[in-house]
Amino acid sequence: MTELALHHAHEPPAGFTRWLFTTNHKDIGTLYLLFSLLMFIVGGSFAMVIRAELFQPGLQLVDALTFNQMTTMHALVMFFGAVMPAFVGLANWMIPLMIGAPDMALPRLNNWSFWILPFAFALLLSTLFMPGGGPAGGWTMYPPLMLQTGMAFPFVIFAIHLMGISSVMGAINIITTIFNMRAPGMHLRRLPLFVWTWLITAFLLVAAMPVLAGAVTMLLTDKYFGTSFFNAAGGGDPVMFQHVFWFFGHPEVYIMILPAFGIVSHIVPTFARKPLFGYESMIVAVMSIAFLSFIVWAHHMFTVGMPLAGELFFMYSTILIAVPTGVKVFNWVATMWRGALSFETPMLWALTFIVLFSIGGFSGLMLGLTPVDFQYQDTYFVVAHFHYVLVTGAVFAIVGGVYFWLPKWTGHNYDERLGKLHFWLSLISVNVLFFPQHFLGLAGMPRRIPDYAVQFADWNMISSLGGFVFGAAQLLFLYNVVRTIRGGAAATPQVWEGAQGLEWTLSSPPPYHSFTEPPIIP
Amino acid sequence: MTALGLANRRLGWKLAAAAVAMIGFGYLLVPLYQSYCRMTGVNGTTGSIDYGAALRHKPDTSRWVTVQFVTATAGSLPWEFTSEVATLRVHPGELVTTNFHARNLGNVAMIGQAVPSVTPGPAAPYFYSVDGLCTSGQALAPGEGKQLPLQFIVDPELPREIATVTLSVAFFDARPRAATTTPPLAARLRI
Repeated sequence: MTELALHHAHEPPAGFTRWLFTTNHKDIGTLYLLFSLLMFIVGGSFAMVIRAELFQPGLQLVDALTFNQMTTMHALVMFFGAVMPAFVGLANWMIPLMIGAPDMALPRLNNWSFWILPFAFALLLSTLFMPGGGPAGGWTMYPPLMLQTGMAFPFVIFAIHLMGISSVMGAINIITTIFNMRAPGMHLRRLPLFVWTWLITAFLLVAAMPVLAGAVTMLLTDKYFGTSFFNAAGGGDPVMFQHVFWFFGHPEVYIMILPAFGIVSHIVPTFARKPLFGYESMIVAVMSIAFLSFIVWAHHMFTVGMPLAGELFFMYSTILIAVPTGVKVFNWVATMWRGALSFETPMLWALTFIVLFSIGGFSGLMLGLTPVDFQYQDTYFVVAHFHYVLVTGAVFAIVGGVYFWLPKWTGHNYDERLGKLHFWLSLISVNVLFFPQHFLGLAGMPRRIPDYAVQFADWNMISSLGGFVFGAAQLLFLYNVVRTIRGGAAATPQVWEGAQGLEWTLSSPPPYHSFTEPPIIP
Repeated sequence: MTALGLANRRLGWKLAAAAVAMIGFGYLLVPLYQSYCRMTGVNGTTGSIDYGAALRHKPDTSRWVTVQFVTATAGSLPWEFTSEVATLRVHPGELVTTNFHARNLGNVAMIGQAVPSVTPGPAAPYFYSVDGLCTSGQALAPGEGKQLPLQFIVDPELPREIATVTLSVAFFDARPRAATTTPPLAARLRI
């Protein structure tokens, strides 16, 4: 009897209910990661529609309303469905392993925060099939345009509420785990960088996501319950929505990059075979970036008509962000300095992250300068900027992290040649895709338009070609991941020669219940 | 439940309370924004003044300010809305009356709400209108026209470098929402 109970406690139950009722951090991490991979493909296919329509001037494939739905849904799905759940999945898998905890602090909450997501996205994606179509006013949902959404409107709002609840619950769990569940001897000043960046991200989530929930609820009551938050006739102000939205929105974009900083801070030391340079300064930099994220929001809205003092304040505070970000980039470079570098697939993604994310940072500096922003506002230059920070930033770090930890999760080494092929195809095509969009923006092409003036035709065609190759290259990633899950050469516990940390002391894959006895921390 | 389990729950609830408080903060941004706009004139938010207080101001006859009038109608309001004069030269502190004209060109009775806005922004806190045109909705029958007087006063404290102030008055559709945006259900379902 005891033996039977013990046996049950150590093996996952079989079948679908294992995944439905699981409170195991590894299972939930896997669910999050698979869900985000699915959403990455869904959101990516919306992007393919966008690039196909923009291949030539004129309207070829879709009508304008469908196009606008595609741009809106692409952003919503990629933010809330792909990037954020991928980071939460990585946190679920790795944080307990990195701090020597047996599981997340609130396992049942953890199950909830994942299983809300499929319902949220079922609501959101179902709007595409509703009369009047899905949301088409852009992911920023500015009124009064957003209020013109048809029957889909309340579905979108409730979907966003659910996503917000899910990510706030995930954040609460992560903070509680990091504060209460660390193995004895794992002081805060010894926490691995991924854990630190996630701790700070989780605080951003708790502070920012509820503000979005408030903003979209105001939209909902404005449309259906006669309030006038954003309705000028009733004494409201549509510009106020932008303030409330971006008070959430700017922390949100850092929510999507800080854990990426953490991932890169693990990959670079591993393949440079040197400890991370400037551990404390890395943490302080992340904290400064997190603080600054709350006082820069109006740089998204320089052109709404702010007083000069406001323009200057938001410009200076925005430019200030370059300082801690520069500290991080220099620390990564210093980590590699005179290291015994090797270039396995995760390292290639991390290196590319550093270079291309910096390019996104530079175009961010340009956009942060008020006078020039008046020209760049709402052009393709902005599109190029945030795709450099989100695709070659956040997504590349996630992909690098997946290659880095996949052998640990599955116990199998992935196909290195396929990984490198995926990397080189992605690296080249992503630049063909997004770099020309800088030129388009500087030449004056507005964002969110299905048709454009003929002088933009050439760069758009090149950009679309890059987009198709980039999209196809991700299918290689899908194939490689699935193949590694199903089998492959056995991975050693340490997996990478230079890997340091508690997670690498466990077998690959780690037992279903790990660190049930707290590890001894040297 | 173990001590650790209890500690986890306690911290979890505290963080949940913080998240709920942040929803409240999101709503708090609304009055904060409105008072900020009133104080600084952001978005041209003007002040209002009652008739008695307006008369107590002493006109500063040593100085002229040009007030320009701009009119607009927004959205679904088929109204003609004009100002009797394009510009007025006024002394700061002087109570001035000017007239606007509104006509409902549509075939249903409508209510419009006038929303004032003053440019440049720094002048807005020094521009007061006496209760009337912009404080309540105006109802117009189909085809009906109305003269709409506006009494205003420019504060003598208006910064000296500002010599021209533009008052924009926009009329918005202010009918109860149900009457404007919800077509019959059958039409929306398209079945």
